[in-house]
Amino acid sequence: MSVSAAVDYTLNELMCVLAAREIADGDVVFVGIGLPNLACNLARATHAPNMTLIYESGAVGAIPDRVPPSIGDPALVTGSLMVCSMADIFQSFLQNGKIQVGFLGGAQIDRFANINTTVVGPYASPKVRLPGSGGACEIALHAQKVLVISKLDKRAFPEKVDFVTSPGGKVKKVITNMGILERGPETGGELVLTALYPSCTFEQVQANVGWKLKAREPLSSVEPPTEAEVRLLREKLDPKRLHIK
Amino acid sequence: MKNKVASLKEAVASLVRDGDTVVIEGFTHLICFAAGHEIIRQGRKNLTLARLTPDLIYDQMIAAGCARKLVFSWAGNPGVGSLHAFRRAVEARPPRLELEEYSHFGMVARFCAGAANLPFWPLRDYQGSDIPKGSGRVKAVACPFTGEEVAAVPALRPDVTIVHAQRADKAGNTQIWGLMGVQKEAAFASKRVIVVVEELVDESVIRSDPNRTLIPGLQVDAVCVEPWGAHPSYAQGYYDRDNDFYVRWDQVARDETALARYLDEFVYGVQDRAGYMSKNPGLAQRLSAKPRMCAGVNYGY
Repeated sequence: MSVSAAVDYTLNELMCVLAAREIADGDVVFVGIGLPNLACNLARATHAPNMTLIYESGAVGAIPDRVPPSIGDPALVTGSLMVCSMADIFQSFLQNGKIQVGFLGGAQIDRFANINTTVVGPYASPKVRLPGSGGACEIALHAQKVLVISKLDKRAFPEKVDFVTSPGGKVKKVITNMGILERGPETGGELVLTALYPSCTFEQVQANVGWKLKAREPLSSVEPPTEAEVRLLREKLDPKRLHIK
Repeated sequence: MKNKVASLKEAVASLVRDGDTVVIEGFTHLICFAAGHEIIRQGRKNLTLARLTPDLIYDQMIAAGCARKLVFSWAGNPGVGSLHAFRRAVEARPPRLELEEYSHFGMVARFCAGAANLPFWPLRDYQGSDIPKGSGRVKAVACPFTGEEVAAVPALRPDVTIVHAQRADKAGNTQIWGLMGVQKEAAFASKRVIVVVEELVDESVIRSDPNRTLIPGLQVDAVCVEPWGAHPSYAQGYYDRDNDFYVRWDQVARDETALARYLDEFVYGVQDRAGYMSKNPGLAQRLSAKPRMCAGVNYGY
């Protein structure tokens, strides 16, 4: 589904670029693996050279020279500003309010942006046992804002999650493969559609969301990735195309 | 200084007992697969396995029938997907594994309380989350000074904690660099501690750089020397994480027969880590770390 006449880009590249643009220069960002990691490294290489990447594993000010396959990769340590214990990460950094932006993902995200990474079905007898919280619950509570990158799908966006692993109160934007959802003050915190990507329609988004979706009119469009952003992603940040596909 | 050097076989035989609460810590980095394999070989049963991220090592120990209960905060294959032996045990009816589940911060807080000899640890967490309704022991506690309500989790006091490290001296003074996870707190919280190292060094090496000592010998019961003992996890400055192994494990663990075959060949089928390494030729060439030395500091006065 590559669109745009000017610059050819994939949907993953678009989501990554839109997430990167949410990061301000100087932000301290709690990074996850996959697209959030790419988005952070893209932001650092473009408009946010003074951002600080923090990983829950203990690396602060990391400058990984390869795409880290896990959140505890040795490349996060080499050349970083500080390596500390996880007690320091969760207490002195996160609980102490030093993190501006946190990235979260999940198997299910509901109408109020609550995230489930614990179980599908009842907790005591799950249909699918998922990994659990990790640091997600405390990131959701303590980061000043939370960004979610997730593909739309009816099972992934139910009206109510089976288990609230991470409460949705701080979720600022859910960046999907069709558009952007935000918690609307006008809807008491319910996620509403605020932007649509080129060639996507409200009906397509609604068909992949498990509740009667509202849109904030007028819907915004999104600024497509620039040639420089796409080139950075492909040539420097994810040369093996592990995440941008 | 007391010489605590023992073979891993001896250390596990004398310090890890059936029914124990066992912690093999290390967050992605320095996960002691050698010790997990030795516990499997010695047929320990009814263990309560505690760790933030069970990882492949507890998946293997669950498959081998060592575990009665799992205390944890994130049970996945990092960057790959599910832990399939864990999932089979939990999704079975009735489940074959008891769970006690927290978030990472909750587990860290439990180790902090244990290491500080306190009954519980307060944390700002879980408001609006269903985690307290799950299997973990989470309660609310009021600040005695302001009345503010915060969450509390109970101390975790393992019977035995096993830590893999880059180096230690024979008395167990243990130095770690790179990611340190929650190893210091886990070691201080524990009744017994086994340290497994890449290299045994002279006391003078430890004394030349005391700030790098994470666990003092006075907290350590046994020191075992097992080069490559953390593979497929890694040891900063020694060898890289074997990401291909983590990816391949997904296929192995999906299939109970393939998993049993793996254990037969690489765990039951070898005597120790040296035997494991001889079955994995080419690892050193593929994963050995490139040098990246630090500048060093002046400890003089």
